[in-house]
Amino acid sequence: MWRDLRLLAGDVGLVAAKDLRIEWRARTTLGQVLPFALLVLVLFGFALNANRPTLELATPGLLWMTVLFATVVAVQRSVAVESTDGAGRMLLLSGMAPAAAFAGKALAVAVQLLAVAAVLLPGVVLLYGAGIESLPLAVVASLAATAGLAAAGSLLGAVVAGVRAHQTVLPILLLPVVAPVLIAATRAFEDALGTAAVNGWSWVGLLAGFTVVNVALGAVAYGPLMEEA
Amino acid sequence: MSAVRLAGAVVLLGRFPALAGADLSVDPGEVVLVRGPNGAGKSTLLHLCAGLLPLSEGRGEVLGCDLGADRAAVRRRVGLLGHDTALYGELSPAENLDLWARASRVDAAVVPGVLGRLGVPERLWAVPSTRLSAGQRRRVALAAIVVRRPELWLLDEPHAGLDGEGRALVSGLLSEAASAGAAVVLASHETGPADDLATRMVTMAGGTVGVDAV
Repeated sequence: MWRDLRLLAGDVGLVAAKDLRIEWRARTTLGQVLPFALLVLVLFGFALNANRPTLELATPGLLWMTVLFATVVAVQRSVAVESTDGAGRMLLLSGMAPAAAFAGKALAVAVQLLAVAAVLLPGVVLLYGAGIESLPLAVVASLAATAGLAAAGSLLGAVVAGVRAHQTVLPILLLPVVAPVLIAATRAFEDALGTAAVNGWSWVGLLAGFTVVNVALGAVAYGPLMEEA
Repeated sequence: MSAVRLAGAVVLLGRFPALAGADLSVDPGEVVLVRGPNGAGKSTLLHLCAGLLPLSEGRGEVLGCDLGADRAAVRRRVGLLGHDTALYGELSPAENLDLWARASRVDAAVVPGVLGRLGVPERLWAVPSTRLSAGQRRRVALAAIVVRRPELWLLDEPHAGLDGEGRALVSGLLSEAASAGAAVVLASHETGPADDLATRMVTMAGGTVGVDAV
């Protein structure tokens, strides 16, 4: 059993490293998603008329809305990597456990989203004048939220992979499904940034639960979905 | 034991029967050429034998595995070259083959030797695959199959896009694989180098396999 788990973990690392290497070469997150996310933050500032009290209150929600937009791009890219030139066939024919392929792809998306969140957090401090009252809460909430977004996104990415209009269908399916992540991450960040009197750690529990459910669903469903795509 | 044994195999793509009751038997060491016009079902036949498409009706057994019961078990033991190369464009040939070897639980140390054998110049081993010519990418895709040493080779137009030297190389590789006991199924819609290589030829039309032409 330990040997099987070691092999599974090795395959997860193999797929995640592959996707991250491809991402590093293509520079989608660095060259497109990050500038886009920062631009959104600036535009939200303009839209709210640079009203500092309003911006401070809205900061957690604006930050996670921006991460949500980045999720759509990252997942679309993750799907495209497998569909271009039939590359996904390599994973299918390798005999690798579909659960490992799913976890590897979700891990790669989570790393990218975490990088986006890591850039946005100082961004809202600089642009909106937000203060960080609990860095551990902000870090743990970011880890749990990005993992949940990546797991749900990778699962739905596999659902729409065989659909001709998958680029437009994905946001329509993904955004409602990850609404609980947006709500919970926003509440947790309200506590971490001190903009509202809520218990952020209890919302982190909800984020962790969401992530566990979506990882379990993905591990079970990814194989049949890969077959269909 | 046959490497491939299909009896009345039906494969539906949506509602369309891309294979409409195909019968085929291939023994280890044989090189079978499947000839037929576009849309005859040749690619579908290869994908069925690779365990990538479900059998809707009929019976199918590949390398002793029942395609109706567990087609995933076949995949690790076959090599499939389709119209596309199944390579990750941003990864280099060496990285693609290394990934393929590790995922298939094959020793990745063989990768440089195989790339050399397929005539991929060493200066291209670290170049992203998208920057290679179509013929070079085809060679790398073939190298991925060689790395795995499959028991059943399934090749769709394997000589397409290759220069004279590449065609001879492919023919040599396939003869060698057959001599070593592997079964080879080639699909082609026109006459060419595959004709000389084949030990047997069958024709396909309308999703069925006809009687042996040679």
